[in-house]
Amino acid sequence: MKTALAPLTVQRPRSLHAALAMLRDAPDAVPIAGCTDVYVALNFGTQAGSRFLDLSALAPLRRIEQRGDTLSIGALATHTALIRSRLVRGRLPMLVAAAREVGGVQIQNRGTIGGNVANASPAGDTLPVLAVADAVVVLRDARAERRVPFNAFYTGYRTSVRRPDELIVAIEVPPLVGTQWFRKVGTRAAQAISKVVMAGVRGPSVRLALGSVAATVVRLPRTEAALTNGASLDDAGRVLADEIAPIDDLRSTAAYRRAVAVNLVRSFWSETA
Amino acid sequence: MQFVLNGASVDVSAHPMRRLLDVLREECHLTGTKEGCGEGECGACTVLVNGESAVSCLVPFGQVDGAEVRTIEGLGGDHPLQRAFMREVGAQCGICTPGMIMAALALPPNASLGRVREALAGNLCRCTGYEAIYRAVRTAYELPVKPAAVGE
Repeated sequence: MKTALAPLTVQRPRSLHAALAMLRDAPDAVPIAGCTDVYVALNFGTQAGSRFLDLSALAPLRRIEQRGDTLSIGALATHTALIRSRLVRGRLPMLVAAAREVGGVQIQNRGTIGGNVANASPAGDTLPVLAVADAVVVLRDARAERRVPFNAFYTGYRTSVRRPDELIVAIEVPPLVGTQWFRKVGTRAAQAISKVVMAGVRGPSVRLALGSVAATVVRLPRTEAALTNGASLDDAGRVLADEIAPIDDLRSTAAYRRAVAVNLVRSFWSETA
Repeated sequence: MQFVLNGASVDVSAHPMRRLLDVLREECHLTGTKEGCGEGECGACTVLVNGESAVSCLVPFGQVDGAEVRTIEGLGGDHPLQRAFMREVGAQCGICTPGMIMAALALPPNASLGRVREALAGNLCRCTGYEAIYRAVRTAYELPVKPAAVGE
């Protein structure tokens, strides 16, 4: 591990109340749970900050439950917990599909949905699913709780509206009508960060979201409208190719991503017919 | 800090942000757990924490407070998976082997090839091409067949 340990401090609160008080008093503390992102950075000596707030003992934040007609997923629910949850399998099978493609089993066992959202990678596997599900991020500080639509949560590359003294405590998913679809394209099925990742819902209106093609996960309102209004697949593909502006980077090229995104919309359409 | 290591209660003092991998190897002197990539990609350092596989290079020691940790040493050397890896030569350089076996512990006997591949997708092997590893895992719990006599 390239990071020197001696300067690092970590607190491990036993209640959410205590965690939020600690964060209020030390908003520079980095919240940690599954550590599947933070420890990669620590191992390479690139993790910012020296204070950590270990949330892993906050068992109530692991709960997955139905509240009224809302599916409430605690921020500390692991990907394995999502895969095993009867509730998630029944209501949000595309989230199960996404969780199964996160890392390998070892990463699924530790990594949490709250961490995937907080890490704010444009390639996060569960994020297109939350985007098309019109999920809500539940944030809490020592005084109050607020709800932010997932599609308004990110403000740019790896930035969000979460204030440093707030914790993501849950992700809420409203009822969803339509056939759900998820597909990740990477160099291999496991342990690979996506080149393009897409989630879609085909219902009364069409919803589509893409990861790895912009600074954040993005919904595709123009492509959605084209498909909802009965445009041909060729026309919808042209709208999509114009709607996204992917970049060349170490994992792929803009041209590849654009072509694959168009192909994914075709697969989505034929597989949900 | 107290935790249960391979069935025995232990008390180890180390920085809570130290990697479980380093505590196991350097404080507990259990060097069967290997470091491969140090970024959670290769699975060589896989151990079980409370029965679930984890890559110990990404686990802060503070998180195993009171937990049950199992390493390759905890299998004793005569576990059906260990015997099967020997029998099928499911190893060449051997660095990935402890992690492969710890990850394979999650599988039920007679798992399909598809399930084996999925369970071991987080474990990389750069030598074998995986076939012998999959064969070892799939045959680990078969009843032992009496070896045919080999002519001298």
